[in-house]
This record gives sequence, structure tokens and C-alpha cells, in this order.
Amino acid sequence: MAATRPFAPLRNLNAKIAAVPMIATVLVVFIGCTLWTVVYSFTSSRSLPTLDFVGIDQYRRLFTTSRWIVSLRNLAIFGILALSFSLVLGFILAALMDQKIRFENTFRTVFLYPHALSFIVTGLVWQWILTPAYGVQKVVRDLGFETFNFPILTDGRFTIYAIVIASLWQGTGLVMALMLAGLRNIDDEIWKAARVDGIPTWRTYLFIIIPMMRPVFATTLVIIAATIVKVYDLVVAMTNGGPGIASEVPAKYVYDFMFSRGNLGQGLAASTIMLTTVLIILVPWALYEYRPRNRTLGVGK
Amino acid sequence: MSLVNPAGPRGRRPRRIGSPTSIMIYGILIVAAVYYLIPLYVMVMTSLKGMPEIRLGNIFSPPVEVTFQPWATAWNSACTGLYCEGIKVGFFNSMKILVPSVIFSIIIASVNGYALSNWRFKGSELFFTALIFGAFIPYQVMLYPLVIITRELGIFGTLTGVIVIHTIFGMPILTLLFRNYFVSLPPELFKAARVDGAGFWRIFLQIMLPMSLPIFVVAVILQVTGIWNDFLFGVIFAGTKNFPMTVQLNNIVNSTQGVKEYNVNMAATILTGAVPLLVYFFSGKYFVRGIAAGAVKG
Amino acid sequence: MRYRSMLAALAASTLLFAGSARAVDLEVTHWWTSGGEAAAAKVLAQSYDKLGGDKWVDGAIAGSGTTARPIIVSRILGGNPMGATQLNTGRDAEDLVKAGLMTDLSELAAKEGWADFIRPSKLLDSCKYEGKIYCVPVNIHSWQWMWINPGAFKEAGAPVPTNWSEFVAAAPKLKEKGIIPLATGDAWQVDGIFRVMLATLGGRDLYLKIMDDKDKDAAASPEMKAVWQAFANARDLADPGYVGRQWNEATSLVLTGKAGGQIMGDWAQGEFGVAGKVAGTDYDCLPGLGVHPILDTGGDAFYFPKNANPEVTRAQLKLASMLVSKETQVAFNLAKGSLPIRGDIDMEAANACMQKGIKILADANNVLPSIEQALSSDAQGQLEDLNTEFFANKDMSVDDAQARFVEIISQAK
Repeated sequence: MAATRPFAPLRNLNAKIAAVPMIATVLVVFIGCTLWTVVYSFTSSRSLPTLDFVGIDQYRRLFTTSRWIVSLRNLAIFGILALSFSLVLGFILAALMDQKIRFENTFRTVFLYPHALSFIVTGLVWQWILTPAYGVQKVVRDLGFETFNFPILTDGRFTIYAIVIASLWQGTGLVMALMLAGLRNIDDEIWKAARVDGIPTWRTYLFIIIPMMRPVFATTLVIIAATIVKVYDLVVAMTNGGPGIASEVPAKYVYDFMFSRGNLGQGLAASTIMLTTVLIILVPWALYEYRPRNRTLGVGK
Repeated sequence: MSLVNPAGPRGRRPRRIGSPTSIMIYGILIVAAVYYLIPLYVMVMTSLKGMPEIRLGNIFSPPVEVTFQPWATAWNSACTGLYCEGIKVGFFNSMKILVPSVIFSIIIASVNGYALSNWRFKGSELFFTALIFGAFIPYQVMLYPLVIITRELGIFGTLTGVIVIHTIFGMPILTLLFRNYFVSLPPELFKAARVDGAGFWRIFLQIMLPMSLPIFVVAVILQVTGIWNDFLFGVIFAGTKNFPMTVQLNNIVNSTQGVKEYNVNMAATILTGAVPLLVYFFSGKYFVRGIAAGAVKG
Repeated sequence: MRYRSMLAALAASTLLFAGSARAVDLEVTHWWTSGGEAAAAKVLAQSYDKLGGDKWVDGAIAGSGTTARPIIVSRILGGNPMGATQLNTGRDAEDLVKAGLMTDLSELAAKEGWADFIRPSKLLDSCKYEGKIYCVPVNIHSWQWMWINPGAFKEAGAPVPTNWSEFVAAAPKLKEKGIIPLATGDAWQVDGIFRVMLATLGGRDLYLKIMDDKDKDAAASPEMKAVWQAFANARDLADPGYVGRQWNEATSLVLTGKAGGQIMGDWAQGEFGVAGKVAGTDYDCLPGLGVHPILDTGGDAFYFPKNANPEVTRAQLKLASMLVSKETQVAFNLAKGSLPIRGDIDMEAANACMQKGIKILADANNVLPSIEQALSSDAQGQLEDLNTEFFANKDMSVDDAQARFVEIISQAK
């Protein structure tokens, strides 16, 4: 097949030219910065990067620091809960919105608007709602339930769940919107056929629609997962990592060490661990998901 | 309304209001809507109260005495450091950053997505995977290298600088969205255009773009929100003359002159969020219409 | 005598500059945005503008150093520096100096004789790198203060405490009345309580052994255990709502009588001042927690990033000279609640609490190096993590905490 085509580098030239900004970004920024991160994670850099190598000292210290361990554990809890709940709830909301309901515009706006607000204050509002002294606990107590306790924000064992609640509020709307777009792209014929065959609605969703929405799920998954790994602002606005170190997360560890503790090396070591973990999960999946398929339409057909 | 739109909702069949299923559907949606609205409710109510009332009262109770003073203060005279000119100062700067950044980042990402879906070349999948990986790198890690790169390019501290930065950070997710969207379009269209002898750019402009409104709407929503609410990049890369509105918001919210003025903080947040909120509000309609346009394919 | 020669130098330099000057807008970044801090920044801005010609352009970035630092550092690195910036002295700024990004102030300092009047001399030392001076200290802040609201204690029917143990004894009565005994907030504030206890309950010798000599045995000693025990008691005195609270919110709890006291540096005094409260009647201060009257001497400093434009450099030097001048020092420190860096000025206008501070600092034996000067920000960070973890987790025992403390101290160099 290749023999019938023009000289390889010139083939598809326009597409390559169009992709130059992307290629440059990938090579210079993403790969470049990742390498930079890895290299400097082996140095004793303080506030500014210096090439003073200290071997794996930064990593040894990282894994003997209880704050880092707590951060990793929190990210795991937060990640699993936020990911599964936002996918499930987002899909359910989208499916409900797709039932020819009235006021669809209103509902969609209501679910989406939190995404428009800055974390600086949404964190503050959630902090208020969940703080025992003014929030839900006080309101329920004022209703006469004197012993009601809801220390989700102030008891270190639960704080990370408070952050999950706020993050679901912020992010599920977008998931819903993407899912809804996916549902609307499903051909009406599918529904007709399912109806003719007498398949119950929930089964149609579960076994026909969802498998057809695979690309939508893949996109959504990447978007949510990238947000989860980087979660920072929300934690800072709601708890600043507290009480104690109970709600610390890795991105905050990286940021604090890089910028307020003047220990770039330590921050970069932490971020190298984060990136390696992402890579280990992402690469096999991406290779599978985005492997070249038989749909390569562009060339010479 | 979308009820009569053939490309509208695809549920099983229209139901009469009052049937058990529809009660359940509306029930769940309303409960969810309440959960979503509580924080907004708290913010709006708080922004309409005076400080004494906030101190005594319950955060969920409506204001006894409605005052719009906090809104006026937030816009006009809240102090951000030495200057007490409210958040209005940064509004036009934010616009100056927002408009070109959104347009530029979406153009680049849509072309990328198109090339990656219909014109794959050797290595394109590899670049794409690396791009997705980029979405997972915490921004802060790239701060110093990016400062140095933009300095060397001579665009540090300029509007161009911040546009480039937003384009770079918007690229992974937007490219992914566009790529997946273009992949899902019927391949026959593309093939037919190829047979007619149309090239890369013509197919993109004449066939793909008109069919892509829904995904453009999603992209605009994401970018407007992200860029408008951005604080770190704006303050570092845009230069002193172009400090965005979030700088003032941060200064109002994070600094307390005596007593923390929760009402002003809440008003300032809603005002700062107004632009993305309006975009959400209006794009809802285009969203539906865009879907209708995309659905011709069937 | 010295004063006159300095004035002459100042006048001469101003005159000299005035001839060729083309006025510039000097952008100054800082994170002074609370009530008292903003008032102090305003004093500086107004005095600078009054000198004529150049203008102070305020670049306040709220949210403490954590938000502002990366912004300041990246702008300097990126070649778009501000005219002047607040920055903590010590090892972090040193990196920027080492990279040659800061204006050298040695010439000005020599001409005006900074070394003669800046007191304690350690302040100027922390601005030095390889013998040259790169920053201007503007004030002395000490951590070792406790602010109490006598009214809250009277309301609860408890005697107004004069030291830490009386405070602890009165706490149950406050709690009964629904008053928070000890107001605190974010991690660094909790960390501050520990720092203060280490210096004041542990005493000068213990503090110096641990901070200066990094003495492992001192860190493991029974005296140190007593400090940890006191810190453990403190965690029972805070309310659960301290999570995410800002320092001036905590101060305002004391100010309004919702809390009995707060352990916080002397910058808290600026908040009382802005609220129009009078020291000695509306609020009271216990330097050294009423136990050992010792203070450390941290403070704020301004750095001047190098700029290609000579006019900016001229304006920078003008600002540097103004910052140490007598008039500025008096007005600025009265607003900020801090102590002046000069020993040769009259602080008559200072309130009762500041007078106590001035008196304590007059005796060199009462002066401690601040933790910022003794430990790297990294080691400080480790200590902060330990302290906040301990404070929030009542199951963590004093012995466990002390064991980790010993480890941090022995690793710090």
C-alpha cells in the first residue's frame, strides 16, 4: 500500500503543519517540563533550581514523611469517591434530563452553574455550610434535635468526605452535560428497535446505550481524573489541609514545598511520583483506547 | 421548546405529568436541584444581609432587612490593599485576557482534533497520548520552566504571553473533546468530500465546522470558566497592566479589614462569576440547537 | 550628631536626584492586606508620594506569603520585576540574591550609616550576602505575645490571668459561658503557639540549645517534654471551628469577647488599633506568656529587584532610604503594631503594650533569634506539620510528638 503513496514526510502535509502547535507544546512544555521535573527532583534545589545532585535523598525523605502518606491516602479516597459518584450521578441526571421533561433548560442551568464559580469562595460557602457553629449542625439543632452532630469538617477522620461533597457539587454538572450530549447523539432507531423488542428501559441503558457511549465515557473519565489528580484550590479554600494534616493532598504538598517551604527538590520529587503514577495508569489505557483502528480515513482513499 | 424538536430528548416516550414514573423523575431532579442551589442560595442571601444580621443569624435564613449595599461596595469601593475601588477595576483586563485566549485556544484545539481524527499521520497517536498526559501535570510544577520559556520568547508579562499559556493548558482537554467529536461524525461525509477533491482546510471549514456547534459550545463553556476564574497565570504572565479581576476578588476575600465582610465577599464572588454564569445561561439554548444541527446525520 | 549627618546625607541625595529625575511609578508588592497591615502600607505609600516625583504603585496580593511568593519570584525570574517587594529574609531570598537579581544597597547603607543605628544588628546581618546588603529591614516583630480580653474573663467570673498557668486555670469557667478560651486558626497559627511556648515556657537556654545548636539531648529533655505537655493542654482550649480560620478573624474573636485570648505575634496589635481599642483597658498583653519576658526578633524586609532602567534604580534607592528614616519608622510601626528597627528614636506615642516590648528589647539578654533565622524554611515546615498534626489529633501522645521533634531537630542543619 505504501508504494502507491507519495514521499512519506510530505504526505498529509497540511495535517502536519496544522499539528505544529500541538507538537511543539507536547515536546517543549509537557515532555520538557516533565524531564525538568524529574532531573531536578534528584537535586537539593531550594527556592531556585540548582543542579546540585543528591541522589535519591528527596525520595527517601518523601516516603518517611507522614504528611505525604496522608496525602496519598486522601487522594485515593477522594479519587475513587469523586470519580465513581460523579460518573454515576452525572449519568443518572443526564438520563433523567433526557426523558422529555419540562424545564429542561432550567434544570441544566442549575446543574451546570457551580462550574462557573471560582473556588476561592465556593470553598468558603461549603466551609460555612459544614462548619458546626453556623452550618447544617446548628440548623438541625435549632429545630430541636439538640444532640445532632455533624462534625464532617472539623473531625479529621471525615474531612476528606466534606471535600468530596463540595467537589461533586462543582463537577457533576459538567459530567451531566457531556453525558447528555452523548445520549442525544444516540440514534433514535436504537430506541425504536429496543422498544419493538420489548427490552426494559434500564436494560437498554445498561447494555445498549452505555456501551455505545464509550467515547463519551472515555472523554469524561480523562477530564474528571485530571481534575482529581490536581485537586488543590478546593482544599485550600475549605480546610487548608486541616485539621492538622487530615485533608492534605499531593498537589498541595508539591505546591507548599516548591513555593512556601523553599524546597523545590522535595516538591519536584513528590510531583515526579504523581506523574509516574499517572503514567503507569494512563499509558496502557491510552494505548488501548486510542490505538490506531481501521478508520484511518484521511490518507489516499 | 424542545418538546416539539425531533432532535430533542430521546427518552422512551412522552409521559403525562402525574404518572408514577414522572413523579419519580421530577422528584429526583428536584432533590438534586436543591442540593445544587443551596450554596447559591446561601451566597445570595448572605450578600443581601447587613453584617449585624450575619453575625447573629442562621446562614440559611432569608434577610430580615434586604440591603444592596454589599453589592455596591463589592463593585465600587471594597478595598484590595491600598486602593478601595472594588472589583470593577479588573473587569476589562479580564475581558482582554478572556476573549483572545478563548478564541485562540479553541481554534488551535479544534484543528488539532480534526487532524488527529481524520488525517492521522505517523506518530500522531503518540503525540496525542502525551498531550493527554499533559492534562495530569499540576500547573504549579510547570511554573518556573514556563516563566523561563516565555522570558526567552520575549512574551513574559504581556497579553500574548498569557494567551499562549492559556492555549497550552487548554489544549489537552479541548483537543480530546474535538477529536472524539470528529471521530463520531459519519465517515461518509468525509469520504464524499475527499472524492470531490476537497483538501484539509476546505473539508474542515466547509464540512466539519458547520457540524460542530455543540462541541464548540462545550469548549467555550470550559474555556470561559477556566480562563475567567484563573488567578495564578493571569497575575504572573499577563503583566502588571493586565491584572485580571480574580486578583481583586482574591484580595477582597482573603484579606480582612477589621471584621470579615461576608456579605461583600459573596457579592464580589457572584459579580466575578457573572460572565461565566451568563455564558452558561445563554449557551444552554445553543446547546440544544447545536445538538439538532449535529443530528442531521441519521 | 549621627542623626544630623544622616539627615544631611539624605538631603544631599534627594537634591542630587531631584535634578536629573524623571519620575517613575514604582510598583511595590506585598501581602499586607489586613486592617492594621493595610494602614501601615498606606503610611509608606503616602510618605513616598510626599517625597515628590516618583509614585508608589501598590501591588498588594492578599493571602499571606504562600499566595504572593510564587508570583513575586516568577516575576523577578521572568524579567518583569516590580520596583520593590516585601519578602522574608533568610535563605529563600538568598537564592535570588545569589542569582544576581537584586539591587545592591551597600553603597547607600554605608553612606547613611545603617549599621550604626539598626538595632539589633542581627536584622541587618540577615540582609547581607557576601558582605553586601540587599534588603531593608523595616520593623521588628516578635511572636511571644498573648492577647487577652479582660472583659471576657470578668463576664465568666474568672480572675484575669497574668500568665499561662492562670489562663489554663480560668479556661473551664470561660467554656461554661460559651466563650472560646484560646482562639487560633490555620496551621501556621497553631505552629506559632508551639514556638511561643518553646521560648517562654522552655526558657532562653533551652531555646538556644535547640535552635542554635540543634542539640538532640535538649530536644529530648524533660524540660522540653513540659513544653509539649503545655502544648497538649492548649489543644483542649481551642474550639473545633479553628479549621481554616484566618489570624485576624481569631483576633477579632478576642476583640469582641467571644474568645478569652490568642497567642499571636505583635502584628495582632494592629487589629486592636484599627478597632479603636485601648491597650491596658480593652485588651491586655502578656509578653512571654507572662512567664519569661523574652522576645524574638523577626520582621519584615523589603527587597529591590534589579532593573535595567536607571531611573527605577534611583527610585528604589530613594525608597530604601525613606524606609529606614526616623519619621517613617515611627509612623509605620505605630500603625503596624511592630517595633522600630532604630534604637535612636522616640516612641513616646507607643501604647502600653508596645512600651513593654521596647523595654524588654532594651536588654540584649531578652532577645532571641527568630526561628526564621535559626531554621531553614524546610525544617520549619516539618515542624509546622508535626505541630498541626499533634494539635488536631488528641490521640497523639506527648512522647510520640517529642520523638518526632527530636528527629526534626537532629536532621536540621
